[in-house]
Amino acid sequence: MSALLEVEGLTAGYGAAPVLHDVSLTVEPGQIVAVLGANGAGKSTLLRTLSGLLPATSGRVTFDGQDLRGIKVERMVHHGIAHVPEGRGVVTELTVDENLRLGGLWRKPQPPLEPIYELFPRLAERRGHLGHQLSGGERQMLAIGRALAAQPRLLLLDEPSLGLAPKITAQIMALLRDLRDRTGLAVLLVEQNVRSALSIADQGVVLSLGRIVTRHDAATLVDDADLRHAYLGF
Amino acid sequence: MTVVRDRVATRIASPPMRRRFSPLLVVMIGAAIVVALTYTLPPFRTYQLATVGAYLCVTAGLTVLTGLNGQLSLGHGALMATGAYTLALWQNKFNLLVVGIIVAILVTTAVGAVIGLAAARLRGPYLAGLTLAVAVVVPSITSTFDETFNSDQGLSVMLNPPPESMTNEQWQAWVCWGGALITVLALALLTRGRFGRDMRAVRDDETAARLAGISVARTQVAAFVVSAACAGLAGALFAVIAQSVSPGAFPLTLSLFLLMAIVIGGLGRLTGALIGAVLLVALPAVAHEIGEAAGSQRLEGNLALTFFGVVLVVVMLAAPGGLASLRPFKKKGHR
Repeated sequence: MSALLEVEGLTAGYGAAPVLHDVSLTVEPGQIVAVLGANGAGKSTLLRTLSGLLPATSGRVTFDGQDLRGIKVERMVHHGIAHVPEGRGVVTELTVDENLRLGGLWRKPQPPLEPIYELFPRLAERRGHLGHQLSGGERQMLAIGRALAAQPRLLLLDEPSLGLAPKITAQIMALLRDLRDRTGLAVLLVEQNVRSALSIADQGVVLSLGRIVTRHDAATLVDDADLRHAYLGF
Repeated sequence: MTVVRDRVATRIASPPMRRRFSPLLVVMIGAAIVVALTYTLPPFRTYQLATVGAYLCVTAGLTVLTGLNGQLSLGHGALMATGAYTLALWQNKFNLLVVGIIVAILVTTAVGAVIGLAAARLRGPYLAGLTLAVAVVVPSITSTFDETFNSDQGLSVMLNPPPESMTNEQWQAWVCWGGALITVLALALLTRGRFGRDMRAVRDDETAARLAGISVARTQVAAFVVSAACAGLAGALFAVIAQSVSPGAFPLTLSLFLLMAIVIGGLGRLTGALIGAVLLVALPAVAHEIGEAAGSQRLEGNLALTFFGVVLVVVMLAAPGGLASLRPFKKKGHR
């Protein structure tokens, strides 16, 4: 099976300070890959580089056989990559409904929002509310909903559990798994919450100081005590 | 609990659209009111009404740019000057008013596109700095190329006399409000749909907007161009009212006044732009009367600015959303 996303020797950083060094990984269609690692390991930087928010210094990113170098952020979503940034990326002055429509704006005809509201009944209840009136969990749902409205093939998800109650985190994780099973959506999931990430991931990639130190099946990472101690610290 | 539910339910049932009337209807009612006023007001008041109309063109465009798209422009006075001088040069050569106004809008739009392209790369204070430079530079161009622009003296504008059935003031009011109402209608329709949502998304969170597939730079340039076109129209209308143009009519303080007016009126709302346009005419007039009563020439020139400052402070304390956000007939706390 050919990979959906192929990253080869990716190096990127801020100004003169490189953060990612020679990162290579692949995501297959319908695969959930968890990117794990400590603070400052470069997890968010990896996602930001993939979605084009941050230019790569060197390396190659191919998505579905197409080279993504030089493609603008706002075009990424047209290619089928949706990024939910850390800090939720919700437009707070627009309503829930407008935020969701924003996600699918470029598609013609515009995709219906009903499937999104079915996924997140909570958002349907609050569709007329402004972004800043939502709770943290609702905002996270909205950010994911907005990304899904674009009907992507790959979802880049940055710290969806940040600041959320464990129960809501579990809901979001279950939802991702369900989406993958039904639609074949691939997910690259950055998480601090290792247990919850590995509970739904197929594979785990461990980043440390900007390098990939290990890559295993999620089940292996959880079960193998040595690996867990060495890379995940529990 | 049920009370809360009910309230939530009603809020969902009525989507939070600020404008509940069709813009076309509002504009037609506005036109009827203006026509009625031009037949009842004394000539000087009709002249002031015309000035409000001309100001409304530029404040409406500026409030879309600054309020909805979040770009601060201190250069709209200079864009008005561009439109005014274009109209003056055109009229003195061809004397075809309607075409002249369109040419003035086109030229100002082109200038606005150039500034907008630069502005889309700048943020906050840097953008203010760039547009400030425009506001300072444009009037001085008139003295650099004084053969064309006649330096500080300015140009007179050749105009055909108004139709015989109406006075000059009535005619001016009709022309200005025709332009203003078309502007308001166009902006209302434009900002309702996708363009308005794009602009607000870009203002609010550029990253979120880009990730949603909106080109930030394109949206910002488009907003600047639209707003510049409005300023060009306003400038041309001022040239028609004054029947002359000079750099002194478009100083830096004009740009500052415009900005203050839309903030006092209510940023991002077309009703706020209307309130701002009225204040731009009314406050200096009041200041003028007070200055005259006090018998001091020196007081008069500065009083208007003081007035605006005081009104700005008071309004910001009492109604941070501007005068347009006040809903006197509704209970507090219910938006």
